[in-house]
This record gives sequence, C-alpha cells and structure tokens, in this order.
Amino acid sequence: MNNVAIELRGITKRFGNVVANSNVNLTVRNGEILSLLGENGSGKTTLMNMISGIYHPDEGQILIGGKEVSINSPHDAFNYKIGMIHQHFKLVDLFTAAENIVLGLGRGGKFDIRSASLKVATISAKYGFDIVPSKKIYEMSVSEKQTVEIIKVLYRGADILILDEPTAVLTPQETRKLFNVLRRMRDDGKAIIIITHKLHEVLDLSDRVAVLRHGEYVGTIDTCDADENILTEMMVGKKVELNIDRPEPVDPKDRLVVKNIACKNRDGIRLLDDVSFTARSGEILGIAGIAGSGQRELLEAIAGLQKLEYGSIVYNNPKTGLAEELRDKTPLEIRELGVRLSFVPEDRLGMGLVGNMSVVDNMMLRSYRRGKSIFVDKQGPEELAHKIIDELEVATPDAETPVRRLSGGNVQKVLLGREISSSPTLLMAAYPVRGLDINSSYLIYDLLNDQKKKGVAVIFVGEDLDVLLDLCDRIMVIGGGRITGMLDGRTATKNEVGYLMTKTDRWEEKSDEE
Amino acid sequence: MKNNYKAHKEPLVYITKRGEMPRAKQMLIKSIVILIGIVFCAGLTILLTNENPLKVFKAMFMGSFGSPRKIWNLLQASAILLGISLAVTPAFKMRFWNTGAEGQVLIGMLASIACMIYIGDALPSWLLIIISLFASIVAGSVWAGIPGFFKAIWNTNETLFTLMMNYVAAQLVSLLIMYWVPSGSMVLGLVNSNSQNGWFPTILGQKYLLNILIVAFLTAAIYIYLKKSKQGYEIAVVGESENTARYIGINVKKVIIRTVIISGALCGVMGWILAAGTDHSINSSAVGGNGFTAIMVSWMSKFNPITMIFSSILVCFLQKGANEIASNLGLNSSVGEVLTGIIILFIVSSEFFVNYQIHFRKKNRKEKAE
Repeated sequence: MNNVAIELRGITKRFGNVVANSNVNLTVRNGEILSLLGENGSGKTTLMNMISGIYHPDEGQILIGGKEVSINSPHDAFNYKIGMIHQHFKLVDLFTAAENIVLGLGRGGKFDIRSASLKVATISAKYGFDIVPSKKIYEMSVSEKQTVEIIKVLYRGADILILDEPTAVLTPQETRKLFNVLRRMRDDGKAIIIITHKLHEVLDLSDRVAVLRHGEYVGTIDTCDADENILTEMMVGKKVELNIDRPEPVDPKDRLVVKNIACKNRDGIRLLDDVSFTARSGEILGIAGIAGSGQRELLEAIAGLQKLEYGSIVYNNPKTGLAEELRDKTPLEIRELGVRLSFVPEDRLGMGLVGNMSVVDNMMLRSYRRGKSIFVDKQGPEELAHKIIDELEVATPDAETPVRRLSGGNVQKVLLGREISSSPTLLMAAYPVRGLDINSSYLIYDLLNDQKKKGVAVIFVGEDLDVLLDLCDRIMVIGGGRITGMLDGRTATKNEVGYLMTKTDRWEEKSDEE
Repeated sequence: MKNNYKAHKEPLVYITKRGEMPRAKQMLIKSIVILIGIVFCAGLTILLTNENPLKVFKAMFMGSFGSPRKIWNLLQASAILLGISLAVTPAFKMRFWNTGAEGQVLIGMLASIACMIYIGDALPSWLLIIISLFASIVAGSVWAGIPGFFKAIWNTNETLFTLMMNYVAAQLVSLLIMYWVPSGSMVLGLVNSNSQNGWFPTILGQKYLLNILIVAFLTAAIYIYLKKSKQGYEIAVVGESENTARYIGINVKKVIIRTVIISGALCGVMGWILAAGTDHSINSSAVGGNGFTAIMVSWMSKFNPITMIFSSILVCFLQKGANEIASNLGLNSSVGEVLTGIIILFIVSSEFFVNYQIHFRKKNRKEKAE
C-alpha cells in the first residue's frame, strides 16, 4: 500500500482575492480510484488543473514518486505520465480516432499510422474499450469521443489519469461501461482520480474519497466506511435533508398542447422532429435526454425564439378560456396575448440575465416596457430586487451588484425569482440546478413544487435522472430531436429512462441516410 | 527540439487576474501609471533636446493655458472632440464598432457647407443655420445608416464598412470642392465671408461659446438618454447579450439600425458645428482625425458621458501641449505627437494594472535539477 503515485502538500492557489484552493493535501496511490468530491466552486477542477500543468500553485509542493516536481505546462504533465480527460473534449472533428490519438506526438520525422493503430488496438483490447480507430470524430457519440480522449492519454503512457466529471454527459448504461473500463485500469496499477459530485457514483466506483469544501481540504475516507449522508455532510459542512417532495397534482388541465413541431438548424440538420406532447397545470413534466438532443430548441420554440417548419403550439389561457396559437409569434407578441409564460433558460448569464448589469437592472428586463413614459421606471424593479434578495436569501453585497459577480446558485435565484414573480401559468426551466450546491438545488426544487401547487404547468429539463425520477409527475424522454417515450415519474426506473435516451440514436442513423 | 531544461523551473513572471478593487485604489494605480508615463516622456525629451524637463512641461502647460485665447481654443477643441465622442458612444455601447465617425462628421459638415453655398444670402441667417442643421443630421444618419442596415440585415462587418465610408466621404468632399472652386486651386475659402450668413452668432463676444453650449447640452442629453431612457436600456441589453435581448422580446435589428442612425445623426450635428460654428469652410481632412481620437476618448471613459468631459479635455491639452513644445523648442512637430502617443499609451495601459497583478518568482525557492 506504500506505492504513492502522486502527493500534494499544502497546495494553495489564489485568483485575485478569491482563494480557490487553500492548503490542500492529497495522496493518490497506484492501483486505486480516488474520487475527488465537492460542490461546484469548491476548487476540484482548479486543483486538478495544477496537476495537469494548466495552473501553477502559489504555495505548496507536488511530489511524484516521492520527488518534488514543478509542472508548468500540459507537456510537463505528460512527461510525468499524468493525463487529464477534460469535461469538454479537445478533439479535431474531421480527423479519425487514430489520428486524434497520435496528434501532437509527431515531432519531426515520419509518422507510422499503422503501428499507431496497432497500439490503439492493443490498448483497447487490454481495457475493454469499444472503438473503431478509423471512425471520424464527428460521426461519434459523446461516449465514443470520451473513449478517444481516454485512449489518447493512455497512448501517451499516462499512469495517473484525471477525469473531470466524466459521467455528466453519459447515459446510465454508458456510465456503467466506463466504470468497468476504469476498474480494469485500476487493476492494471494505474492511479485514477475522478472528479464528481454524484454521490452514488462515488460509492459505486472509488476506493477512497477526498472531499473539498470552499477550496479547503476536508479529509479523505475509505469508500467502505462512507455512505451518502456522511459524504454530504463532509461536502456541505452540515446535515442536509436529501428528500425531494412530490405532491399529487391537483385538477390537472391541458395548459400547453404541442403538436408535430419540427425545425432544422442552418445546416439543414433536423433539431426537432415531429414533437408532440401536452403540459398540464399543477404538474411537473420532466424532460430527460442526452445533452443537445433538442431540449433547448423545444423550449425556445415554445418561448417564440425558434422558427418552426411545421406543427402547432397551442396555449389554453385559463383566464379567458381561449386557445392561443403561439407558433410564429415573437416573445413580445406572446406576452401581449396575455400568455403568462416564464422561461429559465439553460444559459443564465447569456440569455436569461445580463451579467454586467445589476440585480435591479436585471429585474427590469421583464418590466422596463411598462408605462408610456420614454424613461424607465426603476422603482418597481428595485422593490422586486429587494423582495427576491430577502425571500430567496440571495447572497449579494447589495441590489446594485452586477449579477456576474454572484455565485451560480445566487444567479439562479435571481433569475428564477424574477420569472416566478410575474405569477406565470406556464414555467419552463432548463437545467435549473446545473452548477448549484446541494442546498441551493433543494431550494430550487421547493420553488418548482410551490409553483406546481399553485396550479402552474411546470416543464423541467434535467440531467440528473435521480432528481427527475423523484421530482416529476411525468417524464418525457427526448433523443435526437424526437420524443422516444413518456413515463410516469412514480413508476419509471432509471434503466427505462436511460434506454429511451439512447434509443433514437440508432433509429436516426438509419432513417437519415439520404 | 526538446526544451526539457525549462520544465523544472517555475515561470519567472506570471500574471493573475485581480478581484474587484475599491475605486480609490483604482484611481491611485492609474495616477501612478500616468505619472510614470510623464516621467518617461520627460526623460525622453531630455535625451532628445538636453532641455530642462521642467521647462518642457511649462511649455506644454502654456500651450493650453498661456492666454485667454489659448484657453478658449482648448475649450473649443475639447468641445468638438467631446461631441464626436458622445456621438459614437451609443453605437459603441451596443458593441457596434463605428469607426466611421470621421466620415460621418465630414459628410455632415459637407451638407451644411452646401446649404450655405447654395442658399447664400437668400434666407435669413438663423433660418439658414436651422436648415443646415437638418441637412447635416440627414447626411450623418445616412452615412451611418447604410452600414447599420447592412449589419442588421446581413451581419456584415461594421468596422470595415464604416471605415470605408470615411474614404468615400473624403473623396466626395474633394470632388465637390473641385466643382465649387473653378480656379482649380482645390482650396475653398470662407463661405459667405462677407455676409457671414449661416455662421453661428458670437455670444458675449466669444466666437466659440455657442459651440461649447451646444456640446454641453448634448452631453447632458446623451447621459440621460443612455442612463434613464427605455431606448438607452435596450441599447445596453443588445450590447451585452443579443440572446438576452431576443429572449425578452427586443427587436434586435430595429435597435441596431435605430441606434446607429442616432450615432450618425449626432456626428452630423458635430459636422454642422464645425461648418457653421468653427471653420466656415471645408476640405477633405477637415475633421482632423477627431473621429478616431473620439473612439479612444469614448473607450477611456468607459462610455460615460460625464467622464468623457475630462478625458477629452485631457487629450486636447496633451495635443496642444505637444505642439507647443515642438514649436517652442524648435523640434519637429512629430515629437509632440510621439510624446502625446506615449502618454496616451500609458493611460490606456493603466487599465491593465487595475485588472491584473504581476507576480515574480520567489527567490527563496530552490531550483531543482532532474
């Protein structure tokens, strides 16, 4: 047990006044999987970036094989046999898998792609990767691309592998496959660090867990001694209730009826294909799917931001009893129809809010048109800003602080608070807890449930299947722009959802051959 | 080529982003950097001229404040620069990089001059001044509106488009002068020099006072427009994020075209002031680079009209001072420009030191060989 692969001693890293890592100690042994657990913003990625040569620590030492080293570039890291698999893949789309794997290695001289391919095949066979070296990246699924990234670092001889949230983009089935590969690599003596905030994965996969909280090192425990409650407590610093409420829907009525809508992007690739569904009042409709399967386009189509080829979107106004067609209307026209639609987009600072503007000015986004005066009324937004800051406990110096300076959770509270404040009848939220800490996430779930109880039709696009299964009344699965299934949230299982998520991938490949 | 020997050293210098800092500290850092700039310039001047730097700085100061006439000239020049800076600001706030102020002002000026030439003494002076104003506004709006329209509809690059429009404007001026001046001297004298019809009246005996008052009014108007009006708010939202603008239902194309036309119209107004209030004549370089200097003034002031007052006075002071040094100490006039350029470079770069911190390698770390 004494074969330490890499050791960090007293690592500190500051960005301006922000301390990203403070006095972190960490040891990783050969032949073990270490989970690095922590909430968003707790400094996990910063720490790993220092090991992989992207940042340089302000204080502290890094020891590899017992010797102190200084890692100043990814190239240095590679010399120390450290390989990092980033959350966002760094591959050339037009190249094949094999070409991507050897890219950047050929320093002068000729390159023997055939022996490279052979080596790739050997690595694949050894660890059980499923890959075709001659396949081009743009033809690959997300999970295949990830496989290429992993083989790339193994090809370079990495003994220490760092994976940054590798399961964020995978289906449950693909995750299981990845974990099997990782276990085989561990058994082969590699040291593996996996960054994650999903507790059940930590318990499932790793040998030991190191926890960071607000940049500080909390401790390391053996996985066999840990359970979800202990780990949460270490992460958050206090006990957290991990139950999501799911009240029964009261008197559900069809609020939004979407029929056969379809749209294409600029390159003529179909983003939504014959999508039909109904959202009911007093109900949370969950939308599950691999990232980029058409979730964004679907919500934007409803909000009047996405042009449709055909289909209809009908909103049943509970006040007037009228059925309004929303297709081909601008957001302003939809609003003027009296449709009380609130939308929390995925890109909070790039779409829902203006990062450089203050909380007050962001409140104004929805209300500035009010009144005939050519000047804006600041008083209403100011009151609203203070109300939201008080009620949702937004941590901000004051209401004039630019929202970009707030943390992810507080940004989301500002956005969701504004959207809820107009008492919507239809609320759409795309990945509303992405990047939020546990406490904020649960607050957001509660807010959505409150809206549901008020009779709002809530559409919730989520990525964490456990949450979707706990929170939603119905779960609609989208794959490749098509609806592949509608499940009852109370009876559905993770495997069912996961299966439906990947279903159209194969479908589409066949039907799209033109 | 393997540079492995480098791999085991810490970097000598590395740069990190600073957090937010209080305004007072920001001002302090900026002042220090600007002071270093001035000392640097002093050193350079001594090297070049062997003159006492204090004498040089005194000459510089006297260039702007040496006599009441010089003070008025400084204020007049600052007012023109300020006005053009104000004019480009709405477009810049919307991230529409209008590099065509030079041409927009020039075309506005041309429109006023044309009115003065063709109407001559046929109408009373005040009416001619107002007609000139409208002609200038239309000309400036069209000159900015064309690239604005192309940007909004086809997303063409506005930087190049507006820049090219400058050359078109300059050529147009040359062409018309050729037509207006039959002698072929290519120099247009003072228009309506006898009747002074269409010229701004002198107020309290000051030729430039009306110019300054108009620009002062514009400053207040633009400040209120950008900070308090609904349109100003829309400009800010479109500039920060077009997606957010679409999301809340702003018609982005309309806002782009409207704002660029406002920007062009204001440039037209400045052209009118130059034609009717200052030069009473025109040549193809009559704007004298102010259209470009204004871009810098607007940026330096972070698009705040009030800050622009000080920035434009500072820039004009430096320009006049540099010219004074050159003529007083018998140097080539480019030396003045070089000195101004250096100081402005320091002013602009002071922003870097506010946003970033430079760290040097700590000496107590031992270096390890492999």
